[in-house]
Amino acid sequence: MDNTVISIQDAVVSYREDVALQGVSLEVEKGEFIGIIGPNGAGKTTLLTVINGLGRLIHGQAWVLGSRLNGGNGNDLRKRIGYVAQVERIDPRLPINVRETVMVGCYGRLGLFGRPTRAQQKTVDEVLEMVGIAHLSRRPIGHLSGGEYQRAAIARALVQQPEIFLLDEPTASIDQKAQREILRLIQLIHKEYRTTTLFVTHDLRMLPSICDRLILMKDGRIWQQGSPQSTLREEVLTRLFGAPAPVAAEITSLQT
Amino acid sequence: MVDLSVFQYHFMQNAILAGLLGGITCSVVGVFVVTMHLSFIGVCIAHAAFAGALLGLWLGFNPLIGALLFSLAAAAIVGPVADRGELNPDTSIGIIFSLMLGLAFLFMGLMQGARTEALNLFWGSILTVGRQDIIFLAATTGVIVGLVAVFYKEIQAVICHREVALAVGIPATVIFYGLLFSTGVTITASLQSIGGLLIYCLILNPAAAAYQLTYSLKKMLLIAAAFGVISCWAGLVASYFFDIPSGASIVITSSVVFGLATAFSPKRKVKRWQQVPLTG
Repeated sequence: MDNTVISIQDAVVSYREDVALQGVSLEVEKGEFIGIIGPNGAGKTTLLTVINGLGRLIHGQAWVLGSRLNGGNGNDLRKRIGYVAQVERIDPRLPINVRETVMVGCYGRLGLFGRPTRAQQKTVDEVLEMVGIAHLSRRPIGHLSGGEYQRAAIARALVQQPEIFLLDEPTASIDQKAQREILRLIQLIHKEYRTTTLFVTHDLRMLPSICDRLILMKDGRIWQQGSPQSTLREEVLTRLFGAPAPVAAEITSLQT
Repeated sequence: MVDLSVFQYHFMQNAILAGLLGGITCSVVGVFVVTMHLSFIGVCIAHAAFAGALLGLWLGFNPLIGALLFSLAAAAIVGPVADRGELNPDTSIGIIFSLMLGLAFLFMGLMQGARTEALNLFWGSILTVGRQDIIFLAATTGVIVGLVAVFYKEIQAVICHREVALAVGIPATVIFYGLLFSTGVTITASLQSIGGLLIYCLILNPAAAAYQLTYSLKKMLLIAAAFGVISCWAGLVASYFFDIPSGASIVITSSVVFGLATAFSPKRKVKRWQQVPLTG
């Protein structure tokens, strides 16, 4: 039985005169945890936007969860894909609280005229509890710290009950303690739900230890891919980042 | 003793009704533009409606039709301009805004004879609104309030977290343009009573005042609507008793409401400082 949930062939994406992805091909199997690393501007975020249907292909094809992305079906697919971006600056006076923000996760599947059911309300409460911010549920979303905000974003994505989980630098711009807690949470979620997960980072110390496969991107291309053991080598990383990139103690755990 | 017999007259009852309906509708769409930080887009749409109405007066067709077409066209142009970011949104919206203002003055300049009706559209005259204007305003209020009630969850998601709304599969772009078009229709419906130059203050001020007072969108909608109606009625009374232009008095009242809300905003208060001993 074909277990492939993402299949991208020769994808090219361009933003005006800049080509962000140049002929990228990728297959992802159900339940895989994939780390995507590379320097800034490598095309990591663009690859995620292709998968959730927000990036427009000017060449190539992409199948996600059995559907070929054609520009018109992205909305339906996004209901089944959880997306967490890096911490954004938001207006502290925004009139929406943490619980309402997390609840947004189920609005896509509910449809325009649907109302959240009691079961969905309960799920939101359970997820808030799971990510450790139940005590903040009535707080305005703009009053959270970076780490708390990321927990809320992860909770919102979980409420979607996603089949694919896309994490775009979820630990960027937050302090080290919060980074470790977020990583621990992401790994816990993957172990619990076995959701197909793609985790983007440019910071090697932030790679979760449960990565099944690493994709190394550079200049809009997949430069190399393989197991953490085969890719996390000093000479490979130094060539990828164009600067000495010693394999830090934090990521050697991935290799064992 | 204050003579209240004026409220028995039909024109005053119409004005009170227009103040109620216009106050509610303008403030509700104001909540969208204030929360999305799109105030300048709203100003642009307001001036487009004004230019369209003047075109109607010049060419001899219903000015409300001209206002509606121009405001919807402006919404259809400024939305993508703000989204695509090919030019700085402030620059491109500013260019469209100045074009609309230029067209408005051009149409006014080309008109023959007295320009009383055109000047009424400029400043508005809530004391002379007719039955047709009230019906249009009531229909607009009903539609806007109904849409907010039906699509509240999508509207909340889009105005607070538009990128997130898109990422979870909400038709965020459709909702966003729906909100811009609602702004255009509301401005058109309120043009006669409030006036093309002043309408935007009634959209912005009550919503901005409510934004200072609550973190709940539902409460913000209710407070903004109440502020909008209070501004209209207080301005109307001031206009009648002091014999001053109604549009101007409504806008000044709404500005005073905003000033008071900002001065007493709980969001400006800093929590009482307490010295906490360092640990660890």
